Amino acid sequence: MSASATSIPNSRLGNLDEPATGDAARAARIAIRDLNFYYGTNQALRGITLDLPDRQVTGMIGPSGCGKSTLLRVLNRMYDLYPGQRATGEVMMDGENIIDPGIDLNALRARIGMVFQKPTPFPMSIYDNIAFGVKLHEKLSKSEMDDRVEWTLTRAALWTEVKDRLGASAIGLSGGQQQRLCIARTIAVRPEVILLDEPTSALDPISTFKIEELIDELKDDFTIVIVTHNMQQAARCADQVAFFYLGEMVEVAPAGQLFTAPREKRTQDYVTGRFG
Amino acid sequence: MSGHAAASMAMPGPARNLAVSRALGRRRQRVSLLVKGLSVAATVIALLLLASILFTLLWRGGTGLSVAVFTEMTRAPGSNGGLLNAIVGSLIQTALGTLIGTPIGLMVGTYLAEYGRGSPVAGAVRFVADILLSAPSILIGLFIYELVVEPWGGFSAIAGSLALAVIVIPIVVRTTEDMLRLIPATLREAVMALGAPKWKMIVLVCYRAARQGIATGILLAIARVAGETAPLLFTSLGNLNWSVSLTKPMASLPLTIYQYAGSAFDDWVQLAWVGALLITIGVLAINISARLLLRVEK
Amino acid sequence: MSDAPQHFVKSYDQELKRLRNMMIEMGGIVENQMKLASDAILQRDAAAAARTVEEDPKVDALERDIEQFVIRLLALRQPMAVDLRHIVAALKITGDLERIGDYAANVAKRSIVLAQFSLPYSLSGLAHMAQLVQEQLKLIIDALGASDPDKAVEVWRSDLVVDDIYNALFRELITYMMEDPRNITPCTHLLFIAKNLERIGDHATNIAETIYYAVKGEVLADARPKGDTSAFAVIRPKE
Repeated sequence: MSASATSIPNSRLGNLDEPATGDAARAARIAIRDLNFYYGTNQALRGITLDLPDRQVTGMIGPSGCGKSTLLRVLNRMYDLYPGQRATGEVMMDGENIIDPGIDLNALRARIGMVFQKPTPFPMSIYDNIAFGVKLHEKLSKSEMDDRVEWTLTRAALWTEVKDRLGASAIGLSGGQQQRLCIARTIAVRPEVILLDEPTSALDPISTFKIEELIDELKDDFTIVIVTHNMQQAARCADQVAFFYLGEMVEVAPAGQLFTAPREKRTQDYVTGRFG
Repeated sequence: MSGHAAASMAMPGPARNLAVSRALGRRRQRVSLLVKGLSVAATVIALLLLASILFTLLWRGGTGLSVAVFTEMTRAPGSNGGLLNAIVGSLIQTALGTLIGTPIGLMVGTYLAEYGRGSPVAGAVRFVADILLSAPSILIGLFIYELVVEPWGGFSAIAGSLALAVIVIPIVVRTTEDMLRLIPATLREAVMALGAPKWKMIVLVCYRAARQGIATGILLAIARVAGETAPLLFTSLGNLNWSVSLTKPMASLPLTIYQYAGSAFDDWVQLAWVGALLITIGVLAINISARLLLRVEK
Repeated sequence: MSDAPQHFVKSYDQELKRLRNMMIEMGGIVENQMKLASDAILQRDAAAAARTVEEDPKVDALERDIEQFVIRLLALRQPMAVDLRHIVAALKITGDLERIGDYAANVAKRSIVLAQFSLPYSLSGLAHMAQLVQEQLKLIIDALGASDPDKAVEVWRSDLVVDDIYNALFRELITYMMEDPRNITPCTHLLFIAKNLERIGDHATNIAETIYYAVKGEVLADARPKGDTSAFAVIRPKE
């Protein structure tokens, strides 16, 4: 089985012999080294070492309580909001360790954005929702802000649906639209990394597919990490997939490989729906 | 249930013995009817009481309503007085008390909801606020008397307003904290995830999200203090003449009613009824608008 | 597949088991066809020949059933990893088995024609080839039933021997044909029969590669030993 005759540029299927990434071995946008995380005395993550390649989608799967959401929330220091939660180890981005206490959290969160499982539109107009994040970090004139809002909503595949009612309350949108608005709000501040925590588990199938298409488009510009308990979604969306179990990362591999011939038995048991 | 020990080992299928469940159902229905009857009776009694109060107020107070009530000041009995200075005095002191008490209550409530979760200090503050909420208002009046009237050397509208403010504070604290706590953690996290500092999250998003609830709380506080008599007894004392000076004693409706109702003069008693009616209408109006506020904005 | 833990959803395990049983059944029929065809040539057993051909519709029907079943499994179960490999392997293997059955039937049909000729030369080479191919087939059907990659590798290696015998037979038959024109008809039939047997061996090797990938997740690394050089054989008549 040698090189494929028909190669689709930047396709996740790529060459059967090579890792299924568009170019060979992308540089790591974020390099996680020996990360441990504690909820009080309870250790939730053990010695996680993982690279998140630049402008690719990394999927994280695993059963409930395996630590995948915990890891996601380490990346944007969301755990700082809650006393008693702490992390040790290294999470390197551009030569800085994100876990360092000295890091400017607001600046960090402008570079690493997060979208949550439940759509959370702010209680204001659609325009203000988008402008909110931008105003936190940039000073834009009215026309610049208008442009930014339009660019954001277009990239989030929402512009045509809401362009005539930017002043309407965001709470009036449908579930799928609200989630796309949340994604738009996140990319409006032009981050480098986008974290998605089960972004479609509260949505219907059509909205889910629209958002998966959105993720496919966004990965041209952003590094994306998606946590999902839906394996088929990880199979559809992710370039590389990491399988977590009981706080450890069991295996990480290109998606094509992990779902056809995983190396670890635990991974195989999980993806085929077996216990053991 | 059916007596087959072996059958109980397998997963039970649909129920077959309906006679027992039907008998239980009938008993349930009878109990339900009894409780329903008792609830209705209690409601009727309460409504009757309320209705009789309102009716009495309207009857006794309505007959005394005239333009003079709103244009004439309180005068000696028999000289066609009104309630102007009392009305104005009530308005001033209520407004001032609310203006002073609301920001304090807002900030304490915000502290309790946002910064003090789980800390023992916050727990103590919350406890004190709860006590104040149901403290006898005359004690608050005495407290302000000790603190302001004595050292100052005289009664004043300021002292009265301060007493009212002390009543307003715990109400606003409780409402603010409750409404802010209702905001789901995911919304807060979503704001923080954009890189917002905590105070911006509170002011720009949380307050906006909780605004109806907080506004309702403030309105209810106003309604409460508008009818308070005891705290004003030893602080603003009441004033039979026209006065809008904050450093002098000031009249208020509840105090005037108190004075007039116990007197032996018919026209004063009549005015007391009118005053009572006015207060009732005022409080009712505030409560209704609080309700409308909750309904209008989605 | 046999020592892996059970799926949470037991009906999934039952369906996979049913798929395997269907394949074993098909393998059994084809094995039988091969034996009957071998008897038909070597013992000139016309009844055996007839039975070989009769079995063929059963094989075709099973192939269609298995194909439908596989497609349904893919749609309804969204299989992953080892389950996916096994299910797709089933699809490929039934194709190979069906071809084997066809070749066996062709051999049987030709044996009927061949029986009309008296052959002055020995059929020992052909007999040896038929026996080897039968052994290959038995081994691979066993490997299929047990999901045994080692047996699969054995079959995969043994094809070289079959190819060698075929090359020798090729030369031998052409020599006979050059000696005596009356030999041409029977020898041509024999040539086709030998070619069919060689193809059966190739398909058995296909099945071996498929089983290996399904169980191990890796492709059988070396290039397939292709020993069939008949395409390049040039035999000149002795001057």
